[in-house]
Formats: sequence, C-alpha cells, structure tokens
Amino acid sequence: MKQKNSKGEALKFSGKWDLAPAPESTDHIEIKKEYQLFINGKFYKPSSGKYFPSINPANEKHLSMIAEANEKDVDRAVKAARKAFDGTWSKISAKERGKYIYRIARLIQEKARELAVIESLDGGKPIREARDIDVPIAAAHFFYYAGWTDKLKYAFPNQSPKAVGVAGQVIPWNFPLMMAAWKIAPALATGNTVVLKPAETTSLTALKLAEIIQEADLPPGVVNIVTGAGATGAAIVNHSDVDKIAFTGSTGVGKVIMKAIAGTEKKSTMELGGKAANIIFEDAPLDQAVEGVINGIYFNQGHVCCAGSRLFIQESVYDVVLRKLKDRIQALVLGDPLDKNTDIGAINSKEQLATINKYLKIGQKEGADMFQLSCDIPKKGFWCPPTLFTNVSQSHAIAKEEIFGPVLAVQTFRTIDEVITKANNTPFGLSAGVWTDKGSKIFNLTSQMRAGVVWANTYNKFDPTSPFGGYKESGHGREGGLHGLLPYLNI
Amino acid sequence: MSERINVLKTYKIFIGGKFPRTESGRYYQPKVNGSPIGNICLSSRKDVRNAVVAARSAFEKWSGATAYNRSQILYRIAEMIEGRKAQFIEELIIQGETKKAAEKEVDTTIDRVIYFAGWADKINQVFGSVNPVATSHFNFSMLEPTGVVGVVSSESSSLLGLISSICPIIVSGNTCVVFISESKPLCGVTLSEVLATSDVPGGVVNILTGKRKETVPHLGKHMDVNAIYLADSASEFKESLRLDAVDNLKRIVVGKESDLYSNKFENPYIVTSFMETKTTWHPIEIISGSGSGY
Repeated sequence: MKQKNSKGEALKFSGKWDLAPAPESTDHIEIKKEYQLFINGKFYKPSSGKYFPSINPANEKHLSMIAEANEKDVDRAVKAARKAFDGTWSKISAKERGKYIYRIARLIQEKARELAVIESLDGGKPIREARDIDVPIAAAHFFYYAGWTDKLKYAFPNQSPKAVGVAGQVIPWNFPLMMAAWKIAPALATGNTVVLKPAETTSLTALKLAEIIQEADLPPGVVNIVTGAGATGAAIVNHSDVDKIAFTGSTGVGKVIMKAIAGTEKKSTMELGGKAANIIFEDAPLDQAVEGVINGIYFNQGHVCCAGSRLFIQESVYDVVLRKLKDRIQALVLGDPLDKNTDIGAINSKEQLATINKYLKIGQKEGADMFQLSCDIPKKGFWCPPTLFTNVSQSHAIAKEEIFGPVLAVQTFRTIDEVITKANNTPFGLSAGVWTDKGSKIFNLTSQMRAGVVWANTYNKFDPTSPFGGYKESGHGREGGLHGLLPYLNI
Repeated sequence: MSERINVLKTYKIFIGGKFPRTESGRYYQPKVNGSPIGNICLSSRKDVRNAVVAARSAFEKWSGATAYNRSQILYRIAEMIEGRKAQFIEELIIQGETKKAAEKEVDTTIDRVIYFAGWADKINQVFGSVNPVATSHFNFSMLEPTGVVGVVSSESSSLLGLISSICPIIVSGNTCVVFISESKPLCGVTLSEVLATSDVPGGVVNILTGKRKETVPHLGKHMDVNAIYLADSASEFKESLRLDAVDNLKRIVVGKESDLYSNKFENPYIVTSFMETKTTWHPIEIISGSGSGY
C-alpha cells in the first residue's frame, strides 16, 4: 500500500518534499512609522524634513519612513562627535569606557530575537541566518572589543596608542547590524567617537542600535547615526572635521572615497569587493566541499563581499562534484525569509536584482551554460534562484566581476600551479577557499593565495577575534581581532 | 712622464640585478656649490616599467625565501657597506657633507641595516596571532609582504634616508623600485653596486635616478605596483601620488622621519606598514561544546 499524505496524495520519495511552513512570528517586534536621526544622544527630525521609505524586499510592503540627513545634519552629527571626543569620552577611564561597550553587547543579546526579525524583514535575508549569524556576531563584536579598552598597550608593544578622533563610517546593506557592530565596537574601544551611516535600504537595525545606545546611557555624541543615501555618505567623507573614514562597500565607491580624501590627512579603512576562488582538489572530502561551496556562494543570497563566486574543480572529480552540486542546489529552499526552513531569501533591492539579472544575461551571451534551482518564485518581491554557470573561461565577465548575488562561475584545473595562477589572476584579494585532505597541500595553497582571509576545508566563517580584510583592490586595513584596533589608533 | 689620466665613472641605473644605461639616452648634472658632481641617468617611463617588471619577477622567490635567509642577506648588505665605507664617506663629502657628518652617516647606515635584518624572522612572532574563535576552528593570522613597493626616498638624506626606506620594505619579502635623491645621487648609485654583490637576488631592489617630476607619476600610476613609500612627509608628490594610487588602490605610506638618527626610526611598525594580514581558518573536528567546524 502506498503511503498517503494528509491531503490523500501518494507520497513521492523520488522528488522533493515540501516542508510545512515554519514562519517566525512578527508580533513581538516594534517598527515605528517614522525614524529620526540619532545625534548627540537624541532623535532629531532631518533639517530638510525629507524622509524616504524602507520596504520589505520579500513582498515590497512598506515598513517605515526613514529620515534623510543632509550636509547640515551631518555637520551637526560631526560636531556632536567632536564635542564628545574632546569632552566626556576622553575623560572617562578606559575601564569605564569598556563597561559602556559591554552594556551594548548585553542589550543586543537581550533584544536578539527582535533584531533578527527586523533584519530579515528589512533586508530579505533568511531568519535562520539573521538569528544565528548576524545578531550573535554583532553582540560578540561589542563584547570582544569592550575588553580591549584598558589593554591597548599590550596590543602595540613599545608604543603609546592614541585615539584618532572622529570616525566617519559608511556601511553596506548585506549585514546591516553586524557591519554597524564591526565599525562601532573597535572605534569606541580605542576611544574614538563615531558618525555612522547605514545603507539606505537597510536602516532599521542601525536605528534600533541607536535606541540601544541610548538605553545603555552612552554619553551624548559618542555614537551618532545618520540615515540617507550616497549624498549623506559623501557629506561624512568630505567633512573637514572627520579624522578617519571606515567604509565597507563596492570597490568602485571605495575608489571614489579614496580620491575624495587624497588631499587630506584622513586615515582610512576600506573593506571592498571580492571575487574569491574556492578550490576543490580531487583528494578533498567531496560532500563537505560541496556543502562549503553552497554556503560559500549562496549564503545571504550571495550578497557577501567574500563570497566564493569562482569555483575551481580539479578535472578528475569535475563530473561527480558538479552532479553533487546540482543535486544540492535543487534541495535549497527559496521563499519567505521569515520561514525557518528558508535557505535563500529575497534579493535586497530592485536595483540589485537588476544588476544580477544583467550578469545572468551576459553570462549566457558569453557562451556559458546556466543552471538554476527550479522552484516557484514568489509573485511579489525581488528574487533570484541560486545559479551556476559552467563552460566559463577566465576572461568571462561573470568570472572577473563582482556580481554580489547567488551566481557561481565554475572552472576546472589540472595542476596546483595552474589553479594558483588562475585563483590569483584577479585585481581582488579578499578571500579564498581550499578543499583537500592533504595538510601540506593546504599550507601550500593557503600561503600562496593573495587574499586576506583563507578558509581551508570550511568557508564563510566569521568571528570577532579573527581579522578580516583584503589584499590588492579588495581594500586595506583589518576589522576584527587585535589587528582591527590599529586602524582606529595613532601609534 | 705624463701624469696618469683618471678613469671617470659612468653612473648607471640598476634594474633586475643589472646595470643598464637609461633607455632615455639622456643625463643630467647635479651640482654642488656650482660644480657638477657627475653625469647621472635621466630615467624614463620605460625604465620605470622595466624596473617594475623586474621587481614583480623577483617577488615570488624573495617573498618565498626563508626569513633566516633574508635576514642573512640584509646582514651581508651591512658587511658590504662596511667594506666600502671610505667610498661612501668620500661621496657624501662630494655631495656637501663635512667629514665628521659623513662618517656618522655611514656608521648609522650600517647599524640601521643590521637593525632591520634582525626583524626578518621576528615580525610574525610579534605581530602574528592565533585567534581564539568561538567555533570549532583553528584560526591564525600572519603577516605577508604587500608585493612591489615604489619608493620615493629622502631627497636630503641620500644614504641613511635611502637605506632606512629600503630595508624595512625588503626585509619582509617585498621587492622595490626606488627613486634615489635627485640632487645627491652618488651614494644611491654606489649602494646599487653594494646590493649587486650582497646576494640580494636581482630585481629585489631596483634603483633609478633622474628628475622626479618626470618619473614619479609613472610609478604612481603603474597598475602592478602595490604600495608606495614617500619618505618626505612634506613632499610635493603627496597628493598627486594618493590620487594616482586610487586606480589599483595602492597603499600609500608617508614617512615620519623627522630625525633619521633618532632611535624612534628603528621600529617594526614601518616594516608592518608594507605587509598584509592573512587569516587562515581550518576546522577542528570537535572541541568541547561545539560541533564539527566544517
């Protein structure tokens, strides 16, 4: 007798089983109708009176109105930050400074669920990732750096490190809260004050963080959060009283910023784009490697600067790895980001979806073969199924340029020297992955990759103690770990 | 009996371990107190490009050499300068120094090479780290050389300033293309002869002479140069180099050498400013409380 499901249909063991919906509740979260600018410890209306909408990219529903900061507002924020830097923040002891930062970490942990849900709603990422990665790592960053405040002399032997001053920080939309934590935590730990601008499509968790900072009772002006688009960011970068720029985003915008500050003595940290090689050798644990490749490129819909977007498979195992990869892609669940079963959420914005679709067209036009997860695409919202290209050559745009979406370009290789050359043949140098069971081969590869983060037999792992940042055109400076203190200090 | 005719020196540039004439076929005559001190090559854009190619070709071998080996080679440079002390002193005097100042400069130069030679196998012990991540992974950070570094060395300190630029750059495995002092080029050219006989592989240090206004922009715009060291913080090239550097995001390091004789100049942070931090992760099968790190 055939097994029947609740609807009386025969169960098919050969196909994919649909999972029962497991949506995360949104009852407990609070999103205001309108958000103001966080300056000098208080929320202010923007001087222009202008607001822009933030929507849920999974269903295009309106979430809130966000204040748009102009030059005048940014100037006000920088003045508040300067006043705090010259006054309260440099007068309190390092130990007390640390305790404020610990408070922030604890408050994030307390509000973890609300933050995770809002992150998922506002940005389109699966709740599983927001809940297990974004929010815990954000809290961990504050907790880790809080402990450094009174120990800086041990980090820089024989030096007397001093805070740089006012840090202007501009962050992207792919990990909104986590990026805010990566920026604010080390800046505060080293005694700086900050003016931070979140990305315009994902302002909500940064504004929640502003509420947390208010609740933690930080001295006014130590952290200022101004919302807006490119013009707001430019106002921060070009403000003459900002001592340091910390930027995470595209290499293109990073270059614009570096040009803008060339005539000044502003310090800078640039965390820019990537086009990481993920290399599978024939002696790799193949199932684990396939999991790592999936996580490497489809994590957060591929909106990851260190995404493993170039896969190199050794020819002898090409067929088997490709089959496993396609099977695994077919098992991915695309849909409601708030559903706990969802693997692939929504693309962050209409604009980003257009960029990704442009590359899908280019890829096919250049002669590569496209494979995609076949699944139902929700009617509303911005979606791109996980995509894989084969028959790709080094010169193809999809193998050279950062797409910032769930698009994997697969190439093959025969020898170690060949794959090292191919992997390093890029102006980027943010990250790389290597899969092999042979220890000496791992060290050979990891030491020859010209990249700032190298994952061997794993991929896309992050930790506050672990320095992150690129070689070459992927930027300069490190975030995380002891090395992440230096960009905020004069030694 | 007629007096012996002196053999005059042809000053050449130093690229890939060889001493070519400049491609430009031109020279200039820097003057001290109104009299020329030599016919010096006016390097061209093509010379800059050849030098960068030589530096890039040398990078893999030099950065792949053991730290112990690089340390010994730097020490060897010091030995070779010691052997040519008299020549360096004489050249410094020709360039306008007093004998006493020249002697002090050469002595400090030798000691400075030895200071940096010692860092080769210590940088990663002091500045690398093992990072206690909260997942089941072994995670460590090490410093690696940035790559090909362009150097616009001190205009006023033609030997000590020059060596204080080169040594912290090459000790970690970088290779470099160096513009030496335009007005006082003698010691720099002689230093290239020292380097050629110190077991420094060809291409690790490339030395160019000439008019900085003509050549520095070519270095700044070159897409295969990873970093630039500008020794003089008041240099006229600071902003233009920073702008030129944007195209491939070169790291621009501006010197803080207010006093080259001060102990402050002898610190490892100038070495690390030409290095990149690489962090490597590997799973640990199980550590208590967490699952496998794959």
